[in-house]
Amino acid sequence: MSILTEVTRVTEGATRPAPLMARKRRNARSNASRALSYAALTIGAIAFIGPLLWMVTTSLKTKGEIFTYPVTLLPANPQWQNYVELFTEQPFLLYIGNTLMYTVIGVFGSLVGSTCAAYAFARFRFRLRGPAFAVMMATVMIPSWVTLIPAYIMFSRIGWLDTYLPLLVPAFFAAPVNTFLLRQFFRSIPKEIEEAARIDGAGNLRFFLTILLPLSKSALLVIAIFSFVFYWNDFMGPLIYLSSQEQFPIQLGILNFVGENSQDYALMMAGATVAILPCVVLFFIAQRWFIQGIVITGVKG
Amino acid sequence: MVSVTNTRSKSGLSLRKREARAGLLWVQWWFVGFLLFTLIPIVAAIYLSFTDWQGVGDPGWIGVENYVEILTKDPLFWQSLKVTALYTVLAVPAGLVLGFGLAVLMNQQLRGVTVYRTLYYLPSILSGVPVLILWSFVFNRDFGILNWMLGFIGVDPIPWLNSSVWVVPAIVLTTLWGVGGSVIIYLAGLQGVPTELYEVARLDGAGWWRTLFTVTLPMMSPVLFFQLVLALIGSFQVFAQAYILTNGGPNYASYFISLYIYNEAFVGLRLGYASALAVLLFLLILFVTAIVFGTARFWVYYGDTLESEK
Repeated sequence: MSILTEVTRVTEGATRPAPLMARKRRNARSNASRALSYAALTIGAIAFIGPLLWMVTTSLKTKGEIFTYPVTLLPANPQWQNYVELFTEQPFLLYIGNTLMYTVIGVFGSLVGSTCAAYAFARFRFRLRGPAFAVMMATVMIPSWVTLIPAYIMFSRIGWLDTYLPLLVPAFFAAPVNTFLLRQFFRSIPKEIEEAARIDGAGNLRFFLTILLPLSKSALLVIAIFSFVFYWNDFMGPLIYLSSQEQFPIQLGILNFVGENSQDYALMMAGATVAILPCVVLFFIAQRWFIQGIVITGVKG
Repeated sequence: MVSVTNTRSKSGLSLRKREARAGLLWVQWWFVGFLLFTLIPIVAAIYLSFTDWQGVGDPGWIGVENYVEILTKDPLFWQSLKVTALYTVLAVPAGLVLGFGLAVLMNQQLRGVTVYRTLYYLPSILSGVPVLILWSFVFNRDFGILNWMLGFIGVDPIPWLNSSVWVVPAIVLTTLWGVGGSVIIYLAGLQGVPTELYEVARLDGAGWWRTLFTVTLPMMSPVLFFQLVLALIGSFQVFAQAYILTNGGPNYASYFISLYIYNEAFVGLRLGYASALAVLLFLLILFVTAIVFGTARFWVYYGDTLESEK
């Protein structure tokens, strides 16, 4: 429970009264240090967001404008046809479609796998529960390279290469971080609620589906958005398993396209903007849950 | 998922046993995945690392030959290890200091802190190819925005990705761009430090720095420790940056271990040798993590009462 209150405090952006400064001692010196803090934070923020803004302005430039020295920040005449070109000259719609399919199924799989495992770890006592949970968390340390080569061989033997199956089937089997987050959440749901449900005759499955999951909406949302970002940006998996262009998600599609137009930065930046946009939009819509998720997994590890 | 019938029918079983049974039923989902996609592949990788398999025919057992070759006569392995170590030494401390510093700055009673928090956090959720393409242009020697800005303070253009000196620092910069996630984590941690401690420090006449070192850092050490471990594990596996930005160049100056494993396995098809490299990488991560855990008792403060359960 304390996790939740802590998180709310952070997400609401409520800062406590600054403990270092007693109010009456708020003198010129603290005003100066405040101004310095603002200056540092502002310069930093420009450095962090600058590249993204520059990406968008570059995507609207002509080929000539990109290679001018000194660098110009804004295009003289926004070239919106760069974006049109993406969809007419390049199979960008196909890439986006593939990515959407991959992302949606991946998110669904992450939810199914992690809720089942987290339910077991959070609400049942059984032998080896502790060790099993520890083993699961320890798998975080295993570099994907160790499992990748045998997994690749396995998937090639059963004819799954150049399909999304090697990427999507494992998605259904409980990723450790998601399971950890959900377990924390499930454990915070009072035993009395479960007892009441039991008295009403609910079994495990019914309790899980009709009570536990609906009560955990915010945790599920956190997992859904982080999984969305993961699958949308996933590059290594598709690189290893997919080979034909019709299968490419946007990550590989862009790479392909960079190879062909290695000098056309305006078009490349337009492509990058389109590929990044869904995550940016999701971030602004669901910022609260992005913050909650990272706080729960990051502080309480 | 037939647990309903299972827990309710066999009334002969004790409550405890029924609970255990149901628990196992729900956990086997994870366990099957663990077996198929983690445990069996690891065992297979260890086996393959003792073979000279090239992807066709049967793997031929050659004992520790791969390991001997890697450790004694493979300059590329040592180069990739050097690159990875250099990256780790630069990126991990820089990430901790920058992330923590930003969080401390934001943890004052400043107006608009939520706006800053948003701006710093956003880049950390963006990754993959589009971001790296953006960076490749940011680093462009003549037309990139980084050299353009450095030009204002009189720095001559730096050939970031084409210089064997600057290429790793450039890749570190791309990583630091994603530091916003840990800023949020530190910020949450800082707001959890009891206010009374600061009151006491103030009454004792401790200044800002003194308070930082005697109150804030000790109280934050568990969070810092966890972030340090995660950052270390991640830094040994850097792949996308090297693959997309430089492909290991110039002259192997950004040839990370992951890139070497990828090339051996999926370009050169020396699957046995690549498995041995991967196993060594795993051992290296285990070793470094163990060392960090070993130092924890000297600097990580868990308070007088331990958290109920980890």
